[in-house]
Amino acid sequence: MRPEVALPVVLPLLFGAISLALWRYRTAQRVIGVLGTGTLLAAAVWLLLATWRDGVLVMHMGNWQAPFGIVLVSDLLGAIMVVLAAISGLATAVYSLTAISKRHEHYGYYPLLHLLLAGVNGAFLTGDIFNMYVWFEVMLVASFALLILGGERAQMEGAIKYVTLNLVSSAIFLSGIGLLYGLTGTLNMADIADKLADVEDTGLITVIAMMFLVSFGIKAGAFPFFFWLPASYHTPQVAVSALFAALLTKVGVYALFRVFTLIFTQDVGYTHEILLWVAGATMLTGVLGAAAQYEFRRILSFHIISQIGYMIMGLALFTPLALVGGVFYIMHHIIVKANLFLVSGLVYRLKGTYELKELGGMYRSHPILGLLFLVPALSLAGIPPLSGFFAKFILIRAGVEAESWWIVFVALLVGLLTLYSMIKIWAEVFWKAQPEEHANRPAPGPKGTGVMYGTIAVMAAMTVFIGFGAQPIYLIAEQAAHQLLDPQIYIDAVLGDRS
Amino acid sequence: MTRELNIQSLILRSASQLLLPLLLMFSIFLLLRGHDEPGGGFIAGLVAASAIALHMFAQDIHQAKRVLYADPRDLVGWGLVFGVISGVPAIFKGQAFFTSQWLEFTMPILGKIKVGTPLIFDIGVYLVVVGSVLLILLTLAEAED
Repeated sequence: MRPEVALPVVLPLLFGAISLALWRYRTAQRVIGVLGTGTLLAAAVWLLLATWRDGVLVMHMGNWQAPFGIVLVSDLLGAIMVVLAAISGLATAVYSLTAISKRHEHYGYYPLLHLLLAGVNGAFLTGDIFNMYVWFEVMLVASFALLILGGERAQMEGAIKYVTLNLVSSAIFLSGIGLLYGLTGTLNMADIADKLADVEDTGLITVIAMMFLVSFGIKAGAFPFFFWLPASYHTPQVAVSALFAALLTKVGVYALFRVFTLIFTQDVGYTHEILLWVAGATMLTGVLGAAAQYEFRRILSFHIISQIGYMIMGLALFTPLALVGGVFYIMHHIIVKANLFLVSGLVYRLKGTYELKELGGMYRSHPILGLLFLVPALSLAGIPPLSGFFAKFILIRAGVEAESWWIVFVALLVGLLTLYSMIKIWAEVFWKAQPEEHANRPAPGPKGTGVMYGTIAVMAAMTVFIGFGAQPIYLIAEQAAHQLLDPQIYIDAVLGDRS
Repeated sequence: MTRELNIQSLILRSASQLLLPLLLMFSIFLLLRGHDEPGGGFIAGLVAASAIALHMFAQDIHQAKRVLYADPRDLVGWGLVFGVISGVPAIFKGQAFFTSQWLEFTMPILGKIKVGTPLIFDIGVYLVVVGSVLLILLTLAEAED
C-alpha cells in the first residue's frame, strides 16, 4: 500500500485541525501554517516522483475495494496539480506572515487555509465522482469563509455572487452525477468509464456531458459563466486572492480534463467542438474585459479568465500535443498568476492603493520590484524565454497541426492583447510619475516586506526555471498527456487488470 | 432592551440538575454502543449538546459554560485532530488509510472488550458535534445578553 497517495489530503486536514485546536495561540498557528504547507510540498513532490516512477498509484481508503469503496488515484496530472497546489499553498503561507493582519488571523485564517488545500487536493486525487463533489464543497466552504474574512461591504457583495453561482454549479454537478449513476450504477470514475462503453443511449451521455461542462465551466470561470470571478477576486486579502487565482479555477479546469478524457470520449467530434468554442470565447472576453479595467487586481482577475481559455483549448483540440500544451499551461499559469497577485499586494503595501491612475513612479523608488513584476508579466504575455512562451508555443503548434486556424488566430491575438495589458500596468504603476495629489497616501508601510520580496523572488525564479528548463517539464507533461489519452491505463490501475 | 434568557421555573431548574448527569451518561452510552448498533458519535454528541443547552435555559450561560469547562472552539479543533489521527495507525501496518484496527482483551468483571480505531473517530465526531452546536448556541445566547 502506498501511503503517499493519501498524504496530500490527510496532512492539510491534520494541520488544519491542529491549528484550529490552537486557535488562541497566534504564533503557533503561524508556525504550523508554514510547517504544514512545507510538509505538504515535500509529500506532494514525493507523490509526483513515485507516480513518475511507478505509474498510476491507487489507494483504496479504509481497505474497501473499488468500485464499491472510495479510491484515491494519483495519475501524473493529479500529482502535478497536487505539487502546484502545495507550491502556491506554501508561498501563500509564507507571504501571509506579514501580509495578513492580526485581526484576520484571529478569525481563523490559517485553519481555513489548510482546509482549502485539503479540499483542493482531495478533488485532484479522488477517483470517485461523488467524492469529488464532496471535496468541491469542502473547498467552497473554506473559500467562502476566506473570501469574507474581515467582513467588509465589498467582500460581502462579491461573496454573494461567488457563492450563489458556485452553488448552482454544484447543483448541476450533483444532478449530472445522479444521471450517470442511474445510467451505470456506479460512482467510481474508472468503473463509469468502463461501463459507459456498453451503454447504447449515447444521446443521454452527451446531455450529461454538457451538464458537467456547464458545472465545471462555472467553477473554472469559462465563457459564459465567468462573471462571478471578476466580481469577487479583488475583494479579499491579497494573499487569499493569490491562492484563489492559483487554485480555485484550476480545480474546475482539472475536473474538465478528467471527465472529458476519461468518461466523455464517445462523441468527441461534438463535445470537444463545443469545448473549443468555449475556449475561444473565454480567451477573448477575458482579455477584452481586462483592457477596460484600471484596478490592479481586477485586470489580473480578467486575465485569469482569458488564460483559462488556453487550457480548455488544449483539452478541446484533443491531440497528444494539445494535451501536453494544456498541462504545461496549467503548470506555468498557477505559478505566474499567484505571483502577479503577490506583486500587487506588495505594491499596495508600499503605496496604499490598487488604482493604476493613482499609482506611479515605482520603478524609480523600487527598481527590484519592477524587475520582479516584469518576469511573471512578460511570461503571462508569452515572451521567450519565459515559461509562458513555451506554453503558448506548444498550444499554437498543436492548433496549427490540427488545422484549427481560427483558434490559432484567437490565441495569438489574445497573447498580443495580454502583452498590452501587462505593458499598461507597467507604464501606469512603474514608469509614469505618480500624480502629485496621491503621492502622500497613507500606506501600511515597508515594514516586514522582506518576506514578501522573498516569496515573489522565489516564484519569479520558478517562472524562469520553467522557461529555461522547459525540456524536463515538457517530458512530465507529455507523460501526463499520454496517460490522459489512454483511459485504459487509469481504468486498469483502479479496477485491476481484468482482461 | 435585554431579554431574560433563563426561564424562571422551579420545576425545570430542579429537574435539570437531575437530568444533566443522566443525559451526559446516556450520551456516553450511545457513543460506546455505536458502530454495530444504533448510536455513535454524532447522535451522542447531539444528546450531550442538548443536555448542556437545557442546563443553559434552566440556569444561565455562565453555569452552562462551567459545565462545559472547555471552549467549544477547542472541542471542534481537538475533535478534528482525533478524527484524522484515527486513520493513521493503519499506515504502520502497511494498510490503506482509515482501515479499521481492532484490539481485543479480557477485563475482570466486564469480560471481553473490543476496542478499535473507529472508536477514536467516533470520539472525534462527538467532540466536533458538541463543540459546533454549543459554539452556535452560546454565541447566540451571548448576543442576547
